[in-house]
Amino acid sequence: MAKSGQLVFADGTTIEGRSFGADRSSPGEIVFSTGMVGYPESFTDPSYSGQILVMTYPLVGNYGIPEAKYWESEKIQIAGLVVSSYIDTPNHFQSTKTLATWLKEYRVPALEIKDTRFLAKKIRDEGVQLGRIIIDGVDPGIVDVNAENLAAQASLEGVRIINEKGTKTVAVFDCGVKNNIIKNLVDRNIRVVRVPWDYDIFTLDEKYDGVLLSNGPGDPKTAVKTIEIARQAMERDIPIFGICLGNQILALAAGGDTYKLKFGHRSQNQPCIQEGTGRCYLTTQNHGFAVGEIPKDFKPWFTNANDGTNEGIHHVSKPFFSVQFHPEATPGPSDTEWLFDYFVEKL
Amino acid sequence: MTQNVPVPKPKTILVLGSGALKIGQAGEFDYSGSQAIKAFKEEGIRTVLINPNIATIQTSEHLADEVYFLPVTEYFIEEVIKKEKPDAIALSFGGQTALNAGLGLFKKGILDKYGVQVLGTPVTSIEIAEDRELFAKHVREQGLSTPASFAAYSAEEALKYAAELGYPVMTRAAFALGGQSSGIIFDEKTMKDRMKDAFAFTSQVLVEQYLHHYKEVEYEVVRDRHDNCVTVCNMENFDPLGIHTGESIVVAPSQTLTNFEYHYLRQVAMQLVRSLKIVGECNVQFALNPKPDGEIEYYIIELNPRLSRSSALASKATGYPLAYVAAKLMLGKALTEVKNQMTQVTQSCFEPALDYLVVKFPRWDLDKFIGVDQRIGSGMKSVGEVMSIGRSFEEAIQKAVRMLDVEVEGVTDYQFAEGDDYRNHIERPTPRRIFALCRALMDGETVDSLYKRTGIDPWFLFRLEAIVRNEKTFRDNPVLDEPTLRELKENGFSDKYIGKMVGGKKGLEIRKIRKKLGVTPAIFKIDTLAGEFPAQANYLYVTYHGSHYDVEPVGKSGVMVLGSGPYHIGSSVEFDWTCVNAVMHLAKHGRKSIVVNCNPETVSTDYDISDRLYFEELTFERVADIYEYENPEGVIVSVGGQRPNNLAFSLSHYGFRLMGTSAEDIDRCEDRTKFSALLDELEIAQPRWSKLTTIADAKKFAEEVGYPVLVRPSYVLSGAAMAVCYNPSALEKYTRKATAISREHPVIISKFYTESKELELDAVAQNGEIVCQAISEHVEHAGVHSGDATIVFPPQRVFVITERKILDIGRKLAKALRITGPFNIQFLAKDNKVRVIEVNLRASRTFPMISKALRINFAQKIVDAMFGKATVEEYDYPESVLVKVPQFSFSRLEGADPILRVEMSSTGEVACFGDTLEEAFLKSMLSTGVSVKKKAALLSIGGGLNKDLFFDSARLLKEMGYALYATGKTQVFLSSRGIPCTPVFKMYEGKSPNVVDLIRDKVVGLVVNISDIDDVKETEHIGEHQTDGFRIRRAAVDANIPLITNILNANVFIRALHRYEEEKMEVKAWFEYVPKH
Repeated sequence: MAKSGQLVFADGTTIEGRSFGADRSSPGEIVFSTGMVGYPESFTDPSYSGQILVMTYPLVGNYGIPEAKYWESEKIQIAGLVVSSYIDTPNHFQSTKTLATWLKEYRVPALEIKDTRFLAKKIRDEGVQLGRIIIDGVDPGIVDVNAENLAAQASLEGVRIINEKGTKTVAVFDCGVKNNIIKNLVDRNIRVVRVPWDYDIFTLDEKYDGVLLSNGPGDPKTAVKTIEIARQAMERDIPIFGICLGNQILALAAGGDTYKLKFGHRSQNQPCIQEGTGRCYLTTQNHGFAVGEIPKDFKPWFTNANDGTNEGIHHVSKPFFSVQFHPEATPGPSDTEWLFDYFVEKL
Repeated sequence: MTQNVPVPKPKTILVLGSGALKIGQAGEFDYSGSQAIKAFKEEGIRTVLINPNIATIQTSEHLADEVYFLPVTEYFIEEVIKKEKPDAIALSFGGQTALNAGLGLFKKGILDKYGVQVLGTPVTSIEIAEDRELFAKHVREQGLSTPASFAAYSAEEALKYAAELGYPVMTRAAFALGGQSSGIIFDEKTMKDRMKDAFAFTSQVLVEQYLHHYKEVEYEVVRDRHDNCVTVCNMENFDPLGIHTGESIVVAPSQTLTNFEYHYLRQVAMQLVRSLKIVGECNVQFALNPKPDGEIEYYIIELNPRLSRSSALASKATGYPLAYVAAKLMLGKALTEVKNQMTQVTQSCFEPALDYLVVKFPRWDLDKFIGVDQRIGSGMKSVGEVMSIGRSFEEAIQKAVRMLDVEVEGVTDYQFAEGDDYRNHIERPTPRRIFALCRALMDGETVDSLYKRTGIDPWFLFRLEAIVRNEKTFRDNPVLDEPTLRELKENGFSDKYIGKMVGGKKGLEIRKIRKKLGVTPAIFKIDTLAGEFPAQANYLYVTYHGSHYDVEPVGKSGVMVLGSGPYHIGSSVEFDWTCVNAVMHLAKHGRKSIVVNCNPETVSTDYDISDRLYFEELTFERVADIYEYENPEGVIVSVGGQRPNNLAFSLSHYGFRLMGTSAEDIDRCEDRTKFSALLDELEIAQPRWSKLTTIADAKKFAEEVGYPVLVRPSYVLSGAAMAVCYNPSALEKYTRKATAISREHPVIISKFYTESKELELDAVAQNGEIVCQAISEHVEHAGVHSGDATIVFPPQRVFVITERKILDIGRKLAKALRITGPFNIQFLAKDNKVRVIEVNLRASRTFPMISKALRINFAQKIVDAMFGKATVEEYDYPESVLVKVPQFSFSRLEGADPILRVEMSSTGEVACFGDTLEEAFLKSMLSTGVSVKKKAALLSIGGGLNKDLFFDSARLLKEMGYALYATGKTQVFLSSRGIPCTPVFKMYEGKSPNVVDLIRDKVVGLVVNISDIDDVKETEHIGEHQTDGFRIRRAAVDANIPLITNILNANVFIRALHRYEEEKMEVKAWFEYVPKH
C-alpha cells in the first residue's frame, strides 16, 4: 500500500498525495514548471535548489533516469517533487533506474497529486509560497529558503581546472552552475577555471580571457561576494557573460536593481526578442528574480515577448553582457546556444 | 532574409480548396482553408475560393468573398484567374490536390503570365520537398540523414534498386496523398505487382532502406520571414515506422523521447525548414532508432510543405491555430506580430506547453467493403479520426476508442467474432490491433514479448497493461467504493463498462453510485501555456485526474450542440456544416453555445466558433457530465447526424431538455412499428415490410410480397449490412449473414421496387408547420444508397403531381410528429405512386447543398424554429442546376469491389452548378478526378434492358470518335445495330486480348461496366469472390481509369461528354448561379 503524504502551503492549504519518493519530509519554496521533457536535467539543475517543484506535464518518469554524466550536477537539487501521475514503468535505452529509486537514493520526497493544474493556477494567481512536503506526519516547518544564500550552498568547494589544454581561459563562478554550461565552453576549446561563488579569482596566478557568472538558486542580493568580484572584473575590462542568476549579479554589480517575480518563469517555451532585430528565440528559463532597473551604460538586450520583462542586458560599448534565460538549454530548446560563440568571439 | 514577402499587400488572394473528402485528404482542409480565409479577411484582403466541396464551411457566405464550385484543376483555376485577376495565390491550404494543381500552373508559366504570386514558401522549395529524389539530395547536402533511397521512373528501375538494397524495402510514390502506393515489400513478386499499380498513379517511386521497428516522430514547424522558427508540437506514433501516420495511433506530445532526443530532432527539423526557406507551416517526419549504437540515430522521412492532417491535429492538440498563423506569416507578418488567440495577451512566437496529452485514433470502415484487405500499413485506409484529451495515457486511449463510435466501451471491450483469432491482428496490424494487444495482455502475454512482435514501444504497452491489470483486480473484487471507482475512472473506464464488469448493472446505476460517492470529473481548459497565463478562450476537456473546474457553469443562457463525431462513411463534413451554422446562429437569439465534438478535422472544434468547446466524447455519460455541470437551457441533437440523434432518447429520459422535436416524437419516427402505424393512419403509402426472426418466416414473407426484397437489421446506420435479394437462395444466404452480425436484433424485410425513382425532401418545421423545404432527385434508381447517389437540385424529371404529393406528405408528417427543427424524407416514386421509405428527424446530408443552392440557410432556420422565431420562406426554383456526385476512395482499398449498392461506400462528395444538368454533372465528375484521358471505351453491359437503355450512349460515343471495345453479348448487340466495336474476352474465357489487360495497359480511357441482375452485386461475393465484373471494375480502379457502374449515371455522363468539352467549360461564380439575397 502506497504511503500518503501532504503538500502544505504557507497559507495553510493542505493537499493529500501519494508518496513515491523518499520517506522524508522537506521544506521548500513551491514553484511550478511547464516543461514537458527533461526531468532528469531539471531535477539536477542547482537553480532549483531549495524548491519543491510541481510539474504541470502530468506524466513524469516515462524514460527513467540515465547515468550521471547526463545530469546537470552530481545530485538531485530539488527539495521535493509533485507530479500528477508518476510512471514507474520507464523504457529507454539510456535508462538505468526508475525515477522513484533515484529520488529515494537522494532522499528527496515526492508526491503524486492529481490536480497539479490547480497548484499551478494557485501559484500563478497568488505568487510563489513557501511550504513543505510532509511524510509520516513529520512537519519540518517553514524555512525561508530565499533568506539563505542558496548560491553558496549550491556552489562546489575548491578550484577545478577543466580542459587544461584549452586555448583561452574563462573563470566560471559556480553559484550552482549547470554541467552543460561548462560543456559548452569546453566544446569551444576553452580552458575553464571553475571557482566557488565567493572566490577571489585575482589571487590566482591566472590570466583570464573572460568571466562567466553562472546560474544558481535564490535571491541574487545574497551573493554579495560574487557581485563584488564581478565589479572588479569590469574594472579590469575582462569580458563577462552572465547566465540567469549571473544576469542579475552583473546587473547588481553594474549598479542596476533586481526584484522578485510573482511566480517566476519556469518553462522551456519562453519567447525572447533580441532588441533591434525581428528575431525571437525560444528559451528555457528557471528563475524567480529578474532585472528591474537596467544599469547605467547598459541597454536591454533581450525582452520577454509574453510579459515584457527584461531577459538580458548588454553594455553599450564593452563586452559585458548577460541573459536571464539558459542558452545551454538542457532541458529545453538550444536556439540560443550561439551566445556561447558570441562570448568566445569576445575573448 | 525577407524573401517571398508580397509587396505591396495583395488585393485579392485566390485560395484553392481540396475538393471532396477522400481517404488521405479529408475534413482537415476545410478547417485550414477556413482559418486562412479568416486570417486574410482580417487584413482587408479580398479572397476568391475554388472548391467543389459544397458541404464545407469555407464555401459559406460569411467567409470567402467569391466562391467557385469548380474542379481544382489547372484549366478551371486558370479560367478563374483570368476572370478574378488575383495578385496572389495560396496553395498550401487545400492539401495535395491544391498543391499539385498550383505547381502545375506555376511550371507552365501561367501564374507568371497573369502576375499571380505564390504566397509563402518559395515554389522551388515546394518542388524539392515534393520530389523525393531532390529532397533526399537536399537533406544530405545539409549534413542531415535520410534513408538510403533510389528514385525509380519505371517498374523495371524500381525492381533493380530493390534488388540492390535487398528485401524488405520501403516504397513511396511521389506526388501522392496519404501514402498511396507506398508500402513495405518483402519479395520481388509483390514488388512487380505493386510497381505496375504505382506507376498508374505516379511517375516516380522511391525505393528505400526499410527501418525495422523505428519510432516515428513528427514535428510541426512554423517559420516567418525574419527566420523566426518554432516547433509548435511534436507527436509520436504508437505504432512504429511502417504504418502510415494517418493509420497510426498518435500521441502528442511525445512520451518516450528524452530531452536530448526531443531537442535534437527539433533542431534538425528547424535547420531543414530554414534551409528550404519555408514561410508558413510544414511538418517534418522522422524515424528514430529506439536502440542506437551511439546517442542518437535518426532519419528524416519527409517534409510536407503545406498544412496537413497532422497540422490540423496539432492545432487542436495544442490550441495553436497553425493555419491561421501560417496565413498571416505568408503575408509577411512576423510570428511576434501575431497575437496568441488563446490568451489574447501573449503572441505566436512560442511553443505550447501542454498539461495533458492527446491521443489520435483513426476510424476505419473496412467492414463496409466486400473483399477488402483488412491489413493496415503504409498506405491510408482510414476514413476519419478522433482526438481524445486526457491526463493519463490510460484515460485518453480509452476515451479515444469510445469516440470512434464503433460500439465499444474501451480497449478491453472488443469481442472478436468466432473464427477471428485475435492473435492474427498483432504482428500484421489491422484496425483491431489495439483490442488484440489488450486481449493478449489479458491472456498473460508479456510486454516484452509483444514489443518484440510489434515494435510498439514498451512504454505504451505498459500503459495498456495498467488498464488490463486494473480491470483484473476489479473483476476479482468488484467493490464499488470511492477509491476503487476513482481508480477505474482515472484509467478511463466508462460507467457502462464498469456495470458490465460488476455484472448486470446498468451504466446509469453506476453513475448514481459514483455521484453519491463524489467521484465526478474535473473540467479543464486548454490554454497553450499549461496554466502559466489565464486563457480567454474556452477550450475545454473533462478529466478524472483533477478536482477543480476551470470555468463557471454557463447556466440557462447556454445551449448545448452535439457535433458529429469522427468522419466515416455516412457521416461527413455536411454534418459539420449544419452544426457550425447552427452554433453560430445561437448568438442571434442571445444564447451562448456549448459545442461537444471529438473530431479534429472539423471546424466545429475550432475554439472560436462557439462560446465553449468541449473536445469530448459523444457518449451519454460524457454529455450528461457536461449538461449537469453547465445546466443549459437545452441540447440540440439534430444537427450533427446520426450520432447525437441516437442520444436523444437517453438524454431526454434522464431529464435533460431537447431543443426542438421531442424524444417521444423522435421515437415514434425511429421505431419502425410505431412509424409504420403512423403512416397507415395518415394514409401515406410505404413499401410492405415485416420484422422477422427466422429464415423460414423471411422466405414466406418475401414470397408474399414478391421478390426483390430489401433485407436489413433493425438498427441501421448508413445502410450497414443492407442488401437487396432477388431470389430465395440469395435471401437465405444474406439473412444468415445479417442475423449473424446482429444476433439480438430481428431482421427487417421490405418489398423492393426496381426501376423506381428516388426523391428526397429536406425541410425545417416549427411546431409542426413547415418553414422551408426543398425536393431533390436522384439520378440513379432506388437501390443505390442515398449517400452514393447522384443528386440533382432542382429536380429535372419530376411530375408536378408527384411533387405535390411529396409536399403534402411532408406537411402531414411535420404536423403528426410535431416537428420543430430539421427533417428529411426519402421517397420512392413509380407509376405516379409515392411511397415513403425513410424519415429522419435530423438535418440530412443534403442540407448544406440545398441551403447553398437556394441561399436560404436551413441550419439557421433550425435554430430560429427552436426559439419559435422562424418565418416561412417562399421561393422559386433557381434557374441553375446543382448536381452532387459522390467521391469514392476505392483505389486505396485493395480488393474492395467498386460498385454502387444499397450500402454506402463513398467517402465524400462534391457539387457543382451548371446551366444544364449535363454541365453541372460533368463539372462534378471532373471534381472527383473522373476525367477521360483517351477516346477509347470498354463497354460491358449486362442484361437486355440495360443494353437497350445504353444504345443511345454508345451511339454518342461513336459520334465523338471513341474507339469502342466490348465484351461478348454487348459487342454482338452493338455491332448488329450498326455500332462496330472490337471484341474483348472476359477472363473466364481464357483468351486474349482480355478485359483486364486492356485496362491495365491503358488502351481505354473509360470503362462502363453494368451488372445484370442486381442481386449478383450483393451476393456474388459471399461464395466465389472473383467474378469477371469484379475484375473489370477493380482493374479500372487500380489503373486509375474512370469507371461507371450504373446505367443512368453512364447515360448522363456520356451525354455530358457529348455536349461539353472539358477544356471549354464556362466558369461562373456562386453568385452568378444563385444571386445573393
